[in-house]
Amino acid sequence: MYDFINGDEYAPAPESTSELNVKEQYGLFIHGEWCDAEGKKTFDTIDPSNQKVLSKVALASSNDVDKAVAAARSAYNGEWGQMSGSDRGKYLYRISRLIQERSREFAVLETMDGGKPIRESRDIDLPLVAAHFFYYAGWADKLDYAFPGKQKVSSVGVVGQVIPWNFPLMMAAWKIAPALACGNTVILKPAETTSLTALLLAEVIAEAGVPAGVVNIVTGAGDTGRAIVEHPDIDKIAFTGSTCVGKQILKAVAGTEKTYTLELGGKAAHVIMDDAAIDQAVEGIVNGIFFNQGNVCCAGSRLLVQEGVAEKVIKKLKKRMESLIVGNPLDKNTDIGAINSKEQLNTIKRMVKSATKEGAEVWQPEGNVPRKGNYFPPTLILDCAQSHTVVQQEIFGPVLTIQTFRTVNEAIEKANNTEYGLSGGVWSDKGAKVFKLTDQINAGIMWANTYNAFDPASPFGGFKESGIGCEGGLHGLYPYVKLNG
Amino acid sequence: MAFPNLRDIAPIDEVGVKERASRYQKRSLKGETKLSALRLALTMLDVTTLEGKDSVGKVKQMCRKALSPMASDPTIGPAAAVCVYPSLVKIAKNEVAGSKVKVASVATAFPSGQSRLRERLGEIKYAVSEGADEIDMVISRGKFLAGDYRGLYDEVAKCKEACGEAHLKVILETGELETLDNVRIASEISMSAGADFIKTSTGKIAPAATLPVTLVMLQAIADYHERTGIMVGMKPAGGISDAKLALQYLVMVKELLGKKWLSNKWFRFGASSLTNDLLMQLEKQRTGLYQGGDYFSKD
Repeated sequence: MYDFINGDEYAPAPESTSELNVKEQYGLFIHGEWCDAEGKKTFDTIDPSNQKVLSKVALASSNDVDKAVAAARSAYNGEWGQMSGSDRGKYLYRISRLIQERSREFAVLETMDGGKPIRESRDIDLPLVAAHFFYYAGWADKLDYAFPGKQKVSSVGVVGQVIPWNFPLMMAAWKIAPALACGNTVILKPAETTSLTALLLAEVIAEAGVPAGVVNIVTGAGDTGRAIVEHPDIDKIAFTGSTCVGKQILKAVAGTEKTYTLELGGKAAHVIMDDAAIDQAVEGIVNGIFFNQGNVCCAGSRLLVQEGVAEKVIKKLKKRMESLIVGNPLDKNTDIGAINSKEQLNTIKRMVKSATKEGAEVWQPEGNVPRKGNYFPPTLILDCAQSHTVVQQEIFGPVLTIQTFRTVNEAIEKANNTEYGLSGGVWSDKGAKVFKLTDQINAGIMWANTYNAFDPASPFGGFKESGIGCEGGLHGLYPYVKLNG
Repeated sequence: MAFPNLRDIAPIDEVGVKERASRYQKRSLKGETKLSALRLALTMLDVTTLEGKDSVGKVKQMCRKALSPMASDPTIGPAAAVCVYPSLVKIAKNEVAGSKVKVASVATAFPSGQSRLRERLGEIKYAVSEGADEIDMVISRGKFLAGDYRGLYDEVAKCKEACGEAHLKVILETGELETLDNVRIASEISMSAGADFIKTSTGKIAPAATLPVTLVMLQAIADYHERTGIMVGMKPAGGISDAKLALQYLVMVKELLGKKWLSNKWFRFGASSLTNDLLMQLEKQRTGLYQGGDYFSKD
């Protein structure tokens, strides 16, 4: 059956879970200590690849959030607020190194709790998480020289951070690292379905000797998030998630003195010109939409391909998709893992159904998608029009819509014809064309002849309904400092 | 086939090729999959010696190794072919007579190709007359880099003609072509001119075979097949000395070209030290014990 020549599948190659100790229950991490939630309330977190309960996680009430904010405030007013940048940097470097040392453990847990393939959590998420802490560790003692002119730089205070389930640990790193580098203290709420790696990060932060109360992790669902957003003693809100929730947050902070950054949804155009390196562009398309099961805000979910090469590109893309392996996320050969929740899986199914109803053609490669667990096959939606629901709304799954265009200007017009403006991609062998497209497509992040390439030094943020503010790079410091304050 | 329309050849993005190639290295072959892949690799070897000091004795011993890579287990191997200089073809042919092992000979002023076409064609004819089943020719890299693509096409076509019944493998010597765009164009020209196989390197120039270069050539083969229905074989040569890397090549062939190419009719490794590493890994897989070099014959 697993014969290399005739077999359709490789023998199972599961990553070992023996290094990992998943606890039966996790508490809240407040003031450097683990504690139960009010009334000892908990909720289950499941492994989306098999629907089994992995662990129980504390459900924080608004009183628990109060406790966390009080801890963060006292830490801010105490040792941490007075600490020099170079000392803060030392803690961040220590966190980065501990993450590297325990990266296999983190990667396995991320895959079990989140559903993403181990190849990605091991080779992409974890290296980027460590790199993010290293990068901001480097800024901690250089803030006085980071901004134009000679400006007085001070921290913002207590920061409330709410993150999504698609990159649980990476989003925690993107939030915590710059906040600490700038001297703030933090209350972070991971997504309801993916709390575990943030809690493991809390362990690492404690191990690094970060003073109590500097980082507090409270777990829970929407109500816990709301308690953070509406808390009167929080100075800044940083949120990554859906545009719908982002709008609610904006309403909640309106009229308060809170500052905010929002990193929301996207519907990125991925433009293939007829002079592109076609085989590599096909790989870029695959990487753009099937990375992390397409559960990526900056996914290249709308393919715009020039008519002259459309047939060739689609043919090659289909062939490439046939070699993608959907299955057990812990298997080292898996390309597409499990969708994080039943709810999201149903959303994807509903959207794909709408495409058929509206007259588009749905294509999926033949092959085995495991019946148990939250799996969805890589999917193309052909013959799309700009008016189709699947072209206009974010699907957040491994589903790519395909439209054709004739000229550069038409590509730009179609690319910009969306309420979002987070990211986009361009493939062309001609520099002038690349610059015209990347300049005129209205998106915060533009990739040329690559896609989903991340680096801590590069700012990430969106225009229009994709958000406000940037994370990453020098730009990622701005939300966490007050200048001349 | 006619001279290819070079305007139809898409450009190559080197960074993208490297990234794609590295993805094949992330496949993890275990158990039965690994065992069958190692066995397959052992049947795809062109066991090679191409040195000035090659002698009758050396070639005879190497032929024995090709015939039965592991004396204790006749189900392993034999290798696909032995590859030698023209003057040693007859010796090799006698040694492997009656077996499935083919005799390949380098020709055309190997490795530089810097001789008159008449002499190069003569060398092919000589090797064939001595009994070579396969000819490994080198292209005129100078001609190619000077932009004389039609000249190169004509040369390959003439070499093919000189081969008669023998199979023609065309060595691009990718280490001298420098860009992947050049590798792609040279592949197209060679296939159109009648190559049965395209091959990366002579083994005399570094870098020899790499995964990215092989990926570009395999993609060219896939597109050529798509366009014409003609299957062309692939032979990475030089620099593939361990089993792990060899299996990564096989994964690439399987996932890019499909199962049809997974035989020594369509895929070869040009290597000399790879054989024993494959055998060591095979034994490790079968027995669970790591092996030592001295347990395997070095011929």
